Amino acid sequence: MTVKKDTIRHTPFILALFFLIMVGVGIYFKEPSRVMHQAWQICLSCIGIG
Amino acid sequence: MGAMSAVRKWVQTILALAANGSWTFPWTKMIYQGPLKVICSPGLNCYSCPASTTYCPIGALQQLLGGIRMALFNGQYFFGLYIVGTLGVIGAFVGRMVCGWACPFGLIQELLHKIPSAKFGIPRWMRYIKFAVLLIMVIILPLFAVDKMGIGSPWFCKHLCPAGTLEAGIPLLLMHPNLRATAGWLFLNKLMFLVIFLVWSILASRPFCRTTCPLGAFYAMFSKVKMIKLRLDPELCTNCRACHKVCPMGVHFNESPEDTECISCMACSRACNFGAIHLEFGGLRLGESTIKQPVVNNKNILNSSRGIS
Repeated sequence: MTVKKDTIRHTPFILALFFLIMVGVGIYFKEPSRVMHQAWQICLSCIGIG
Repeated sequence: MGAMSAVRKWVQTILALAANGSWTFPWTKMIYQGPLKVICSPGLNCYSCPASTTYCPIGALQQLLGGIRMALFNGQYFFGLYIVGTLGVIGAFVGRMVCGWACPFGLIQELLHKIPSAKFGIPRWMRYIKFAVLLIMVIILPLFAVDKMGIGSPWFCKHLCPAGTLEAGIPLLLMHPNLRATAGWLFLNKLMFLVIFLVWSILASRPFCRTTCPLGAFYAMFSKVKMIKLRLDPELCTNCRACHKVCPMGVHFNESPEDTECISCMACSRACNFGAIHLEFGGLRLGESTIKQPVVNNKNILNSSRGIS
């Protein structure tokens, strides 16, 4: 039985870094504040009421 | 129930409670409005749920895309980068492991499926519906089907999301009797979808996750590249198909170990008597193989039992 040597996959780390940069750009544009304010409000029509 | 299965149930329960940890609503009649709502719920969890402490990425993304024209008009560059970036980081690390370990609506479906009844499968083609839901109801329609003010609607939340109806619509109607008069066809339509998915969950395993969830569709795109995933050791696999029988998502792990439906619940890993399925982190195997049967040459053992020389 042959035993394969494990090799580190770099793709997930590069992807995580790419998306982390995206998060950083979003924070730069003050998106979290907007998201939080949206989440504080009940959007009645969004949940099928009204 | 195996130890890992018990651990997973505990993790699911704790994370569901953490995402819905504000229990003052019976007295305040309000939803939580604290700073934690800047944190993304990894699983599908409506942020209009009175107990919700986090934001729903699918709801928030639709809201931002629907309001993108208005935001740009006001000089605000809200493209959803914070939300998609957060989802992407989660996806790159664990992908659909979220569905198996951290989604409150996934947990509800699993619990319902424990109710004794006849059990049915789900046709394979239905897995593709969720990608259409993500593309059409979460991205295209909120972005392009706009009103006179240039504002789009959160189509998925408004017309389909059963988690929103269960966690927000029904509790809010119970808490605020004056709202009941405004619950019209839209709500009945959503209630119908909720009932369909709840009944379907008793009869089939995780039907919403497998057919309709746009969040699951997003994470599914990371199945080949995510950091933590299950890996098949073909040298140890005997193709006994024990993994087929236990998978709650209908994955044939020995045939497609990077299947987009795999939620890394590890049911197959537990069921495999030959230790052929294990976790890996970024390509590195985690833990030692736990072979439950002696391995001399698994393929020969199986072939001889089938009368093949």
